Amino acid sequence: MTAVTDPAATERRRGRSPVQESISSRVLAMAVMGIATLYFLTPIWWLFVASTKSRGDFTTTAPLWFAEFNLFENIQALFDYRNGVFLQWLLNSALYAGLGAAIATLFAAMTGYAIAKYTFWGRNALFNLILGGVLVPATALALPLFLIFSQVGATNTYWAVFLPSLVSPFGVYLSRIYAAASVPDEIIEAARIDGAGEIRTFFTVSTRMMAPALVTIFLFQFVAIWNNFFLPLIMLRDEELFPVTLGLYVWNTQVSQIPDIRALVIIGSLISIIPLIITFLGLQRFWQSGLANGGLK
Amino acid sequence: MAISRIARAGALAAAATLALTACSTGTGGDGASGDCAPSDGPVELDFTSWLPGIDEAVAIWNEENPDIQVNVQTGPNGLGGTYQNFFNQLEAGNAPDLGQIEYDAMPNFRVQDGLENIAACEGILEAESQFVDWTWSQVTFGEEDAVYAIPQDTGPMAMFYRADLFEAAGIEVPTTWEEYQAAAEVIRGEGGYITNFSQSDINQFAGFVWQTGGQWFSNDGDSWQVNLEGEESLMVAEYWQGLLENDLVSANPPWTDEWNAAFNNSEVWTWVSAVWGANTILSGAPDTAGNWAVAPMPQWEEGASAAGNWGGSTTAVLKGSEHPYEAAQFALWLNTDADALTAMNRTAQIYPATIEGANLPVFAEGVEFYGGQEIYQVFAEAGTNVDPNFVWGPTMTQVYNDVADGFSGAISGSGTLMDALTAGQQSTIAALQAASIPVQE
Repeated sequence: MTAVTDPAATERRRGRSPVQESISSRVLAMAVMGIATLYFLTPIWWLFVASTKSRGDFTTTAPLWFAEFNLFENIQALFDYRNGVFLQWLLNSALYAGLGAAIATLFAAMTGYAIAKYTFWGRNALFNLILGGVLVPATALALPLFLIFSQVGATNTYWAVFLPSLVSPFGVYLSRIYAAASVPDEIIEAARIDGAGEIRTFFTVSTRMMAPALVTIFLFQFVAIWNNFFLPLIMLRDEELFPVTLGLYVWNTQVSQIPDIRALVIIGSLISIIPLIITFLGLQRFWQSGLANGGLK
Repeated sequence: MAISRIARAGALAAAATLALTACSTGTGGDGASGDCAPSDGPVELDFTSWLPGIDEAVAIWNEENPDIQVNVQTGPNGLGGTYQNFFNQLEAGNAPDLGQIEYDAMPNFRVQDGLENIAACEGILEAESQFVDWTWSQVTFGEEDAVYAIPQDTGPMAMFYRADLFEAAGIEVPTTWEEYQAAAEVIRGEGGYITNFSQSDINQFAGFVWQTGGQWFSNDGDSWQVNLEGEESLMVAEYWQGLLENDLVSANPPWTDEWNAAFNNSEVWTWVSAVWGANTILSGAPDTAGNWAVAPMPQWEEGASAAGNWGGSTTAVLKGSEHPYEAAQFALWLNTDADALTAMNRTAQIYPATIEGANLPVFAEGVEFYGGQEIYQVFAEAGTNVDPNFVWGPTMTQVYNDVADGFSGAISGSGTLMDALTAGQQSTIAALQAASIPVQE
């Protein structure tokens, strides 16, 4: 790496060595990534700094640097406000996203696996239909879902947000592709010969080999449900059922009425992304190593 | 949020057949007599409101009325999604019994037949005298034997100003818009701005027009007339256009940090705003505590005392409620009872729409932030000077968006505020036509 800092050496080798080219393009790539990182992290930095400020300092001090450190007082105020309704929202989100993503992953894995590994009439038509579902944005389905749930009187319930979260067309797509590529038919045959039923084969053999895809599906679905805002907005009216995104949005619309809430919205936003970060960092290692293993095959 | 636009357009189209009823029918034939009877047995009501802490006021009612229990439901503010939810719920037949609706959204709900006429319910027509003049015409639309909601709160306008800076600079507090402009020039010489012109608070601008006695909409029973470029509107637009062109007002995007900072660091000296603005400044400009004061809005004619209004809500009984009688009783109680009003003021800082409400003890106190001035006296006075004839249109969201687009264009130098109103006039007529709401061109 010292060569990079020596312009003369760089000059000498220019045009001859392919290594040299890769260094300059690497520098360029690093620069682009550095800018992108800065672009994505600055708002989070702002959010963190703003969360540590008292209400007075918030408008009067520099936005990207600390004033008096008030983070813990703000967190205290957040969890005290309206008898800790924010904690309830966090738990709701954890339930909607955690349980929802887990079940959605299971469903997607089973469907994708079935489409990849069993031959049956209409298999491709079914797959194409599901693939079409990837193209329909979730927001476009919110209003029809509301009308359907109204028919059965299930709006404004936990189920109204939970049930629609269980489907993941993209997850089906991914597990089909991944199952086709990473679960050899021979292994399934071997399991059958050893006397394992199809369901047992799926759970004990195939899911292990599909693990990297399953983690990906879980992560995507977890983030999608956690950030899903439009469906809860339309479905829910009882504050106790809100996920954290909707709750923060509701508070944010009250800022002009109660300016003090603004501080709570900011600290609440910071707290609300922490579970996402933990989930990502926690599963990411597993995810990377799994994908690499798949590549060795 | 594109989907909500589409959904709204769909809802408007669906309501097209009902649109003709807007502000025209209901003259006695709307079943105003007799069909508002109490229900048998205990009743449960759903009430959707986005007022923070509204449950405290409701708890008082639930305590006193074991047979009429009210469940509070909540959501974002009206334009933030609750109105769209109401329309969806009306469509699906599961709307709450009661909903919070701002004055400027009432015609939209009326045109789409989303409101229950509660005039026949006991005590409702008689309640008129308890409310500030102009609020009552907003909930009746001038129809006879019709009441579609109970006024909740208002936003009478006055001028917040930096008493200390005006005194130090030797400027008289302006009482007319002419003096206001003269003061603006002096203040600019001192390096400040007299105020910030908001490119997106079109309902503030509407408040300025309202003060002049101007109208943006009217309805003769058959169709709507749109009058965004009426004489008064243009007068107000030309006035502010002049201030903008001469760099006498700043143009920070409102409700942002820089906007707050401009108040806080003494760059901006006044704000002509509604009663609730008192808390906005208090919260956004903490370093200026004690230096602000409140005076009536500047006038177009010397010695006049006209005021505008910016904001305010009603409690409406939504169409399809099975218990309109009980819902109406609750709505009336919520917005007239001293305990309820006090509770709502404590948690949501509302300013009541009742005449008596202005006399609540909380409004009699001097406010430290405003140098101990009893500022609510000024707003109470302003509330009685708001023109009762101002009419909102049925597509205010669209009007606000379109005019705001034009205003921000004018601020960045393309076109003028007057052009923005002209464009808004045309797009509003087009929007009404698109929704099959009868409109005169």
